Amino acid sequence: MNHTRLETRWQRWRFVLPALLWTVAFFVVPFVFMVVMSLWHRIGGKIVATWNLDNYSNFFAKPHLIKALLNSIEISLSVTVISLLLAYPLAWIIAERVPVRWQRTALILAVLPFWTSYVVRSYAWLLVLAKQGIVNTFLLDTGIIVEPLAIASSRYATVIGFVHFFVMLLTLTIYANLKQLSPNYARAAADLGAGPWRTFWHVILPLTLPGIMVGAFLTFVLCIGDYITPKILGGSNELVLPQVIMLQIGRRADFPNAAALSILLMMVVTLAYVVCARWLKMERT
Amino acid sequence: MARRYIQTTLTTVYAALLYGFIFLPVGVLVLFSFQDSRLPIMPFKGPTLKWYEAVLADSRLIESMVNSLIVAVSSSLLSVVLGFLAAYALARFYLPGKGWQRALLTAPLTVSYLIIALGLMILFNALGVSRSLWTIGVGHVVINTPLCFAIIYSQMGDHQINIERAARDLGATEWQTLLLITAPMMLPSILASFFLAMTFSWDEFIIAFLLSRFDVTLPVEIWGLLRSGLSPKTNAAGSLVFLISIGLLILAELMVFRRMKKT
Repeated sequence: MNHTRLETRWQRWRFVLPALLWTVAFFVVPFVFMVVMSLWHRIGGKIVATWNLDNYSNFFAKPHLIKALLNSIEISLSVTVISLLLAYPLAWIIAERVPVRWQRTALILAVLPFWTSYVVRSYAWLLVLAKQGIVNTFLLDTGIIVEPLAIASSRYATVIGFVHFFVMLLTLTIYANLKQLSPNYARAAADLGAGPWRTFWHVILPLTLPGIMVGAFLTFVLCIGDYITPKILGGSNELVLPQVIMLQIGRRADFPNAAALSILLMMVVTLAYVVCARWLKMERT
Repeated sequence: MARRYIQTTLTTVYAALLYGFIFLPVGVLVLFSFQDSRLPIMPFKGPTLKWYEAVLADSRLIESMVNSLIVAVSSSLLSVVLGFLAAYALARFYLPGKGWQRALLTAPLTVSYLIIALGLMILFNALGVSRSLWTIGVGHVVINTPLCFAIIYSQMGDHQINIERAARDLGATEWQTLLLITAPMMLPSILASFFLAMTFSWDEFIIAFLLSRFDVTLPVEIWGLLRSGLSPKTNAAGSLVFLISIGLLILAELMVFRRMKKT
């Protein structure tokens, strides 16, 4: 009796255990290591178990680190807002104005550059925005400007590179959201006398809000944790947090400090999650 | 009538501008990969294929491409297996603490790759494991298993339970049911998650960068090329990668979506 019960319990668990064990071994355990590491210090080329919060308190004592955190938050927030504002109309045009049989093609075209490699995409923007890049050459030749614009190696370039990526991502998710809406909502609103704008503001937009929030959260999280785009496009004039973390690892092998900074980064993400949590629910259909 | 005309013009102009924005960097990338001078900037003097020759003659680049492919295929396979089994267990059995298990399995999705990479780097350092393609693979399974789990789990409908029950009633073992009944029914989402995981692994930089040493993957190798500044060779390499990814996309489209239409 006892034996069979044990067997059925094992039968249930055996399918989920591999994934759980993997996640614990290579996600939870490393995370615990990192938390422990953030309480230690690198003294004279060696990592010493000091067990204190100095790495964290040092953060708030150093203006350049606080600046990096603020840069990260500012850039990620502006990217999220700009991308949403640009992508929503495009998704709407594809869903409502493009003939149905062309919609799939229009959508695939809108996300095609997604499949250029991620490192290459930032590099390609550098070609566009650099001092001798396409934009500057064009503006100089047409006489709109006399001096080349210094867009590359500034936060503007970082924002442009990010916005490019997330406009594609958000167009895809917002389109899917718009298509899920029954056309009866818009019809009902029209029957009740609402014009196109009122229908949009009071019916369509609120109904697509949950999907938008998921997209916004994803954008913010992917943006704030990214190293490559700010590194290639933003240069080293205005650092963001991931760049500072990479400097700690690469130049100084200061793992304790890098760990503490990473945990701070995670806290910002957790905060964003808490703000968006009511819209982010995973459900089984 | 006039209003309708203005509206159409506005939407067309807007769509054209955004498509222009979306394709601008890719267009410039591909155009200057044919540049017949040493810098990928205006004016365009082309076309030439010499930079493509240079890429194909670069053995390190080709090697890194093969490495990327190996890591992408094997890590995605493992991720799909882990994700599928977990989704099956959580969708079909009574297990205590289901909510917690689901939260734990999807938790890596909310953590930046940089942090996952740093954690693994510290762990492997402590254990004395040297960095290689294996360690990159481990990292990629960590980021892709939650994805595969979430996709497959969301598609495990209750309507399939009866078919599985019927199979068990007819004498199939748990494994037979899983492999011969459930897996074929779930094939579209299994394939979709496999291809998505492959794209993510193929393109992933920071984990591959921090967890590799001598054998690197393609994004890391391209990153190395960038250090020497703007060069049409990097354009050619980037255009080739784009071509390969599009090929993968078409393959996925043919394999996944054709099946979806059939069922």
